[in-house]
Amino acid sequence: MTKARVATVWLDGCSGCHMSLLDMDERLILLEEKIDLVYSPLVDGKEFPENVDVALVEGSISTEEDLHKIRLIRKNSKVLISLGDCAVTGNIPSMRTVFPLEKVLERIYDENATINKQIPSKVVPRLLERIVPLHEVVDVDVYLPGCPPSAENIFFAISELLEGRTPDLSSTARFGA
Amino acid sequence: MNTESGVDICTLIIENHECGGRSNQTILEVAEENGIFIPTLCRLAGLSNIGACRMCLVEVKGSNKLMPACVTKIQEGMEVTVNSERLAEYRKLTLEMLLSERNHICSVCVANGHCDLQSLAQKLGVNHITMPYIHPLMPVDASHPRFIADHNRCILCTRCVRVCQEIEGAHTWDLMSRGTKALVISDMNKPWGESESCTGCGKCVQVCPTGALSEKGQAAGEMLKRRSFLPYLSMMREVGK
Repeated sequence: MTKARVATVWLDGCSGCHMSLLDMDERLILLEEKIDLVYSPLVDGKEFPENVDVALVEGSISTEEDLHKIRLIRKNSKVLISLGDCAVTGNIPSMRTVFPLEKVLERIYDENATINKQIPSKVVPRLLERIVPLHEVVDVDVYLPGCPPSAENIFFAISELLEGRTPDLSSTARFGA
Repeated sequence: MNTESGVDICTLIIENHECGGRSNQTILEVAEENGIFIPTLCRLAGLSNIGACRMCLVEVKGSNKLMPACVTKIQEGMEVTVNSERLAEYRKLTLEMLLSERNHICSVCVANGHCDLQSLAQKLGVNHITMPYIHPLMPVDASHPRFIADHNRCILCTRCVRVCQEIEGAHTWDLMSRGTKALVISDMNKPWGESESCTGCGKCVQVCPTGALSEKGQAAGEMLKRRSFLPYLSMMREVGK
């Protein structure tokens, strides 16, 4: 049996969803028999590969780089899971959207900086004015809210997809936890 | 059949169940007596009903308008549909609009896990918001020594306005402006801590469905609402009439 090609991605989030992923504990071994983890903050690949079966994406779309990445992920993935509240709602990162971006940058890199005051313009990606959930940019197949989503829900979602079913998480997954 | 003056007994059909009730009862009351669930949000038993949140909309045969079950009186021979694709769609859409209009960040909210808006979203299958978030800059009033009003989480249900007016008798809270600019205010839009009419009873905090009104000193998920006082006090009010 060929293994399913699974990727996990960390955009603008705290990595808590990936901690929850690791919280699957011994169930990771069960999954390992059925999946190849082809891209993830937990493995060494640098480029998001082609022909991914399931992509779990944590974090909101907050920078131009996030925009570029999510479009590539969508193009290369059969099933896209919006993993956790940042990906599904914008969550905590989106709280800066209420302020003008210019003011946010001034606050962080000028008002509150003690040395080397300057707004970064090189190397780091440009921030977007509005932070948005994944589905505002690309089509999402499965929504897995939670902050973080429980290991049980992540395991259930992946297992159902491996069996060719669409996971129904309505009774266990909600915004916030 | 007459029971008290001007009140008749009606029979009607709610969601294929034959039900009976008094003509001064609402569809929602009769449905609940018969174990039929209709979602609600602005409504709280013991307070007056205003039909503001539109969660309890139902279909009544013979009318192409949707009726809010909490303020629609029953009639003889009524046929009421509680669950249909159209109603489910409207209820989800309304919830999505409530969630997108202000900043409902459940994960860091004092009411996380104890919030009527959050649990209803889960119950009705709202797992993402299809319209863009507005992200308005909303005030947080922490001027009161014991309580906080966080307008980011307010859904304008007016439970606080009603409990303050109808049960406490202070009428500290009311609504200002319209549409997305509408705001719950204390006194004539003074900071809550400077309100002369507020008795500090905290009933508004307890009936608030979300984390908009909370006790100070609560971290995320710690604000449990205690509402057991309400049935007793509203019963006393009826007795006193």
